[in-house]
Amino acid sequence: MRTVVDLTHCQGYAQCVFLAPKVFQLHGEEGLLYAPAVPDDQAERVRQAAAACPVQAILLGEEVSVDGR
Amino acid sequence: MAGDLRDGRIVIIGASLAGLRAAEALREEGFTGSLTVVGDEPHPPYDRPPLSKQVLLGLVAADSTGLPMRRDPDAEWRLGVRATGLDPLGKRVLLADGESVPYDRVLITTGTRARPWPKAEEAALDGVFTLRTREDAGGLAERLAAGPRRVLVIGGGFTGSEIASACRERGLDVTVAERGPAPLVGALGGTLSKLAAVMQRNHGVDLRTGVTVTTLRGDGSGRFSGAELSDGSRVEADVCVVALGAVRNVEWLADSGLAAGPRGIACDAGCRAFNMYGIVTDDIFVAGDVSRFPHPLFGYQMLSLEHWGNAVEQAEVAAHNMVNPGPLRRPHLALPTFWSTQFGLNIKSVGVPTFSDHVVIAQGSLEARRLAMVYGYQGRVTAAVTVDMAKSLDYYRHLIETAAPFPPPPGAADRAIAADIPVPSDVPDPKGLSHGPTVALTGYLPDRRLTVVQPRG
Repeated sequence: MRTVVDLTHCQGYAQCVFLAPKVFQLHGEEGLLYAPAVPDDQAERVRQAAAACPVQAILLGEEVSVDGR
Repeated sequence: MAGDLRDGRIVIIGASLAGLRAAEALREEGFTGSLTVVGDEPHPPYDRPPLSKQVLLGLVAADSTGLPMRRDPDAEWRLGVRATGLDPLGKRVLLADGESVPYDRVLITTGTRARPWPKAEEAALDGVFTLRTREDAGGLAERLAAGPRRVLVIGGGFTGSEIASACRERGLDVTVAERGPAPLVGALGGTLSKLAAVMQRNHGVDLRTGVTVTTLRGDGSGRFSGAELSDGSRVEADVCVVALGAVRNVEWLADSGLAAGPRGIACDAGCRAFNMYGIVTDDIFVAGDVSRFPHPLFGYQMLSLEHWGNAVEQAEVAAHNMVNPGPLRRPHLALPTFWSTQFGLNIKSVGVPTFSDHVVIAQGSLEARRLAMVYGYQGRVTAAVTVDMAKSLDYYRHLIETAAPFPPPPGAADRAIAADIPVPSDVPDPKGLSHGPTVALTGYLPDRRLTVVQPRG
């Protein structure tokens, strides 16, 4: 699973940091850094973080498969 | 008619953020025809903002920033092959491998590349980097992890400043050389650029302003060893990052007849490309960093934005307009928005700070390193920048969208006196800076009725 945070919308509420601290971390007061490649054992926590984000800035999904069709 | 537009052949040229989001949006809009995405990089779409932050800090690997799909766009991905031309009459995209792809409608999202160091021989020295691609970031992160004596960053724009911040956080000595009077001055104007300079120096950056780097030196065996500056000084360093801004990927369109130039491809508010006579096309669309579009809030000047959020928003508008007939089309009116994380501060911007004559600090203060600065132009709010005050930004977005008077009315400020005293925004001519602007006002010159065609070769 991959994640990307829309940091133009992120307001630093940091709910994701509490729910999935291995993937999301605050850098300073409100700068968010995250690991785009979500480890399998963190997937559930990241789903919860995405659901809890007050501005719904966290997107989850699979990476594009190069084989395509 | 609408039924026809939802079928047929669409080709997207450029497989990064804008290309991916457009491909997804086309399917969401009901497009059932064939979709091909061409990308010159061999990788599936990946995210670039982490490359100058998490990746350089060594927190995540450079090849781990692949973008998630919102939905599978069911596209044929032609990755690792460059588009070399566009034949608008024959309606074909020409590829570097000699093939061509026919289209009914085409979307150009070829973005930008890093502006290289102008002297190719010096740029080829081992240890000299630019930062745009996954490979750039991986190579640079490796060098930073190896513990160089010093890193030289040429250019004090957002990318250069973020690189310097990552270096300091890793405990590396770093010099930033900027031709302008301060870092970020081209994007944020005089007052905030002074804060940026203070933050850099407080964090131990050897910041040199008002200088240019004249020569990159090798050690005789092809390794970068230092640079000479215009003030006669010399910087000894093992790694050099050239952060001089971006170049738009438009050269491949030189024979296409489109209005494509160094500032991007001109398009209308509906993302339709103009040809070089200023006549709008109806089957060639543009989105993302490579586009140049008019915005009513900024005097209908053509804007070139190198912003993540603009790539997303404009791609969605372009996709909508590609599969809908004229009266149902939407304009791209989103306000420019960007962010940067550096030296422990979160800087966010909405509007166009360079479209301003005065600024006020409406909340917080420079001393607190926490503030909201409002930019005004001829008595109207045109932009706002927050430092560690992101939650306030939406309020100012509303002021900009409603053309609120400047200085902002009571209620916008927690420090009435500061808000009453606008100071000049002090936005310099971009020509005097090392770093390219990430928001460029590219002019609207109604008196210029001439089209100058200068064919290559």
